[in-house]
Amino acid sequence: MLKDVTIGQYYPTGSLIHRLDPRTKILFTTAFIVMLFLINNLWGYLVAFLLIACVTLITKIPVSYIIRGIKGLVLIIMLTVILNLFMTPGQVIASIGPLSVTLEGLKTATFMATRLILLVVGTSIMTLTTSPIDLTDGMEWCIRFIPLVRRYAHELSMMMSIALRFIPTLMEETDWIMKAQKARGANFETGSLLSRAKNLIPILVPLFISAFRRADELATAMEARCYRGGENRTRMKQLIFVKADYLSFLVMVIMIAGLVGTRFIAIPLLFPV
Amino acid sequence: MNSENKMMIKVNKVSYSYPVQSGQEAINALDDVSFEVKKGEFVGIIGHNGSGKSTLSKLLNAIILPIQGDVLINGLNTKEETNVWAIRQSAGMVFQNPDNQLVATIVEEDVAFGPENLGVPPLEIRERVDQALAVVEMQTYARQKPHQLSGGQKQRIAIAGILAMEPDCIIFDEPTAMLDPSGRREVMETIKKLNRDKNMTVIHVTHYMSEIINADRIIVMDQGKIVMQGQPAEIFTQVEALKKIGLDVPQMTELAYELKKEAVNLSGNILSIDEMVEALCQLK
Repeated sequence: MLKDVTIGQYYPTGSLIHRLDPRTKILFTTAFIVMLFLINNLWGYLVAFLLIACVTLITKIPVSYIIRGIKGLVLIIMLTVILNLFMTPGQVIASIGPLSVTLEGLKTATFMATRLILLVVGTSIMTLTTSPIDLTDGMEWCIRFIPLVRRYAHELSMMMSIALRFIPTLMEETDWIMKAQKARGANFETGSLLSRAKNLIPILVPLFISAFRRADELATAMEARCYRGGENRTRMKQLIFVKADYLSFLVMVIMIAGLVGTRFIAIPLLFPV
Repeated sequence: MNSENKMMIKVNKVSYSYPVQSGQEAINALDDVSFEVKKGEFVGIIGHNGSGKSTLSKLLNAIILPIQGDVLINGLNTKEETNVWAIRQSAGMVFQNPDNQLVATIVEEDVAFGPENLGVPPLEIRERVDQALAVVEMQTYARQKPHQLSGGQKQRIAIAGILAMEPDCIIFDEPTAMLDPSGRREVMETIKKLNRDKNMTVIHVTHYMSEIINADRIIVMDQGKIVMQGQPAEIFTQVEALKKIGLDVPQMTELAYELKKEAVNLSGNILSIDEMVEALCQLK
């Protein structure tokens, strides 16, 4: 089940987008998300869609793979569409029993769905093209500009990278424990939801104990390797903006200008806005 | 750093006991232990579970501090708080569990972790990482994820991570205990190579006799005390005494011991199969 979610997964193809500085990608994505919420007409969505389409082509990631990421969110999108379709007051264009579809409802529903899809595709392109480590490094840099949390930039990114490091280890361990409990006659497949949840306790308890023991040992090992927080620490890998990054910033500025600009051109298209 | 004597490690009348809850009696994990290690020496510390060998290794890295006595690394006392980081840089430590000492998600990033903590400039870190990976013969795995490696490979990465800090001495705290035989061989080869080719001072804590046959000196621990100390040949021939404290002797030494008991006239101290073959061929 978890395997179907493509958000947060890394899909290396070595494309131009993959080679961009993670900071560029984070900033670009943030700007894109903000813009999505500023757009208020079809032109804006068209521009945003074209932009995403172009970026997707450059990444060389199969479109089907990206669409799979949306599949997991179909339910949420459907719910948004249905709610908006029937709940928006305005000019009634069709009605089924007590429910009626309004023109305004149709408009908002379409826009909301488009917005959600673009949002998901936009952010998943960032995670698909950036390795988790690069993403962490980039985020550490970005957090430094956020007041209040900037003091914890190093700690937060260290926590994230340790979490990433131990996810596969703990997954493997869960698997061992499950097999060990199954060998002792535990049943995880049948029974009611409640009893199945109860059966998980013999997995969770050893897993937690082991995780704490690991954390303790890791902390000792880190201290033995002279770890003493972010102060005076250097990094082997330096983040450096290159030509492609500056070019992306130019594209970003054009995107912002273009998308904000669409708010002011009210050209009726296809259906009256 | 310390020119008046070449002692890498000096442990002087050290006692240590782990904190206990009130009402319980504190048991000394280490009791009046003293020894010295010269630069470039390969010292094996051996003992069964609870003999205090792991406690001893933790004292050498200032992870724990002696209750009595002093531990000096390169002339620096571990009790001085200002010395701690210099000590940890010069006496690196490799732990038992390969999984719980790798920090980063990429092999080369993990090797860089130590020098990064020391504030080494980025370009120099890069050089150190490449060199360290070359020494443990893991260059081809530089961009791999640690969880995709075997236990022996992970342990070699842990060793590279210590090497990148350019220590004078490495303490191995049962690095092979959780490995399969081939992983154990890989790690032992690496440790021996470091000592032989890089003149690295090595303290190897283990409960496998066979791993320290080639050591310069062996320290045998039992119940928090040093019970024997000397060259491998001297130690291993005391089969009776070793068995009494629950230790195994190398297979060939034991065989030689049994043969001698049966009045087979074997000469010399036999530790390895080669030596056994040699001795047997000389029999008439």
